[in-house]
Amino acid sequence: MIRFDNVSKSYPKQNRPALRDVSLEIAKGEFVFLVGSSGSGKSTFLRLVLREERATHGQVHVLGKDLGKLSNWKVPQMRRQLGTVFQDFRLLPNKTVAQNVAFAQEVIGKPRGEIRKAVPQVLELVGLGGKEDRMPGELSGGEQQRVAIARAFVNRPALLIADEPTGNLDPQTSVGIMKLLDRINRTGTTVIMATHDQQIVDQMRKRVIELEQGRLVRDQSRGVYGYQH
Amino acid sequence: MRAQFVMSEIGVGLRRNLTMTFAVVISVALSLALFGGSLLMRDQVSKMKGYWYDKVNVSIYLCNKSDAEDSSELGSRACAKGAATPEQKQLIQTDLEKMELVQTVHYESSDEAYKHYKERFGHTALASVITPDQMPDSFRVKLTEPEKYKVITTAFAGRDGVQSVADQHTELDNLFQMLGYLNWAALGIMLIMLVVALLLIVNTVRVSAFSRRRETGIMRLVGASSFYIQVPFIMEAAFAGLIGAVFACLMLGAGQYFVIDHGASLRTKMELINFIGWDEVLTKLPLVLAIGVLMPSLAAFLALRKYLRV
Repeated sequence: MIRFDNVSKSYPKQNRPALRDVSLEIAKGEFVFLVGSSGSGKSTFLRLVLREERATHGQVHVLGKDLGKLSNWKVPQMRRQLGTVFQDFRLLPNKTVAQNVAFAQEVIGKPRGEIRKAVPQVLELVGLGGKEDRMPGELSGGEQQRVAIARAFVNRPALLIADEPTGNLDPQTSVGIMKLLDRINRTGTTVIMATHDQQIVDQMRKRVIELEQGRLVRDQSRGVYGYQH
Repeated sequence: MRAQFVMSEIGVGLRRNLTMTFAVVISVALSLALFGGSLLMRDQVSKMKGYWYDKVNVSIYLCNKSDAEDSSELGSRACAKGAATPEQKQLIQTDLEKMELVQTVHYESSDEAYKHYKERFGHTALASVITPDQMPDSFRVKLTEPEKYKVITTAFAGRDGVQSVADQHTELDNLFQMLGYLNWAALGIMLIMLVVALLLIVNTVRVSAFSRRRETGIMRLVGASSFYIQVPFIMEAAFAGLIGAVFACLMLGAGQYFVIDHGASLRTKMELINFIGWDEVLTKLPLVLAIGVLMPSLAAFLALRKYLRV
């Protein structure tokens, strides 16, 4: 599903590379936590997977494609197989819940009939049945993140990337979101989640990849947040 | 679905930047009106050229007796050898007829010239003192290609028996040259307006891309094609350009209607000039519309490469 071969990434005008010689493999259907302090390279890792950036050295393979060799016009096609969720939800405030989710299908040209069927289905799945016509501003943070997850999942991506999805939520709400992500993972979708949330990582007992100053320092199945525990 | 989605995006975008859209429309309209105007001016000039050059002859004036008598005078030095002899006249005539450029040659004797002069200026004081002797004989030459009148001047000026070669084209050329300068001035202003329009479009696109960065960011993440992301912006610019171009067309039409046909009605007041008609105006409009749509689209497209990462 994802393979990094000796991947380094340097940004111009920065002495220290953001990623140094990272090699790893993530198989289909895995649930992976990506941990590390701020500036450890988590975001760069995710941006490389999304092909927002290209590796300076080494090769990044996602869904069987070498992203270094993928031409620009093929990138959108590749991204349709990925779903993305962010800490700040990134919903469109002037669209309803249903419209926000439908937007992800409209802009890739899905037929209207298909959208009308898929949107209520996925909203039901994330536990927002009956809230289709609400505006994002009327929802709690947890609910907004569910909308974002619904939007990321409505096109049934093979891989879901979550960048600190619980960063803005209280612990109880976070647990709900994690249950949802776990459920999505059980449908066969690979999930990569970057997080600072120690409690969640320790509870879920999934594979943990830890980065420190751009290096891969730990790759542990059924791991915990840090060695100190 | 797609079309409807794109259309609603365009509407939202244009309304969000209403003042900027106005600025784009006005500057596009003005620059295109100037562009169309200068195209029409060019048509007008070439039409006048064709019309007047056709009417105008090259006249080769021959020396007469009075020229020979006044040979001391500066202006008549060409005729120092006396009046043109019949042989000289014959030579000039055959030489003229040999030239491919010459369509017809008409010999006007001094008596005929006197008659014509009387007809035109008979009531003036000067006409009453003029005698047929003072009028020169002349060849009136009509050319197949009126633009090449200078060939005649070089060939016959200064020949024995030739007093002067008068090409009335010179007078016209001054006029046409002036119109040509006006045309260049219009094109220059058009270019400046065009630059203004393009800068405004680039800025509009930048503002538009910024105010919609949330939408475009999401579109990018869910894998919308860059074409699909860019189309609303490009269509916005194209639409504003189209409105501007329509205004430009209206201005050109109004110019033809109010200045030439009605209103100032130059066509009836200046009968000597044959003006361009609606044919000329209408054939320019598609070009004006096409440029009005394509140029802003291109500007938007180039601006997007800078302000909208896809």
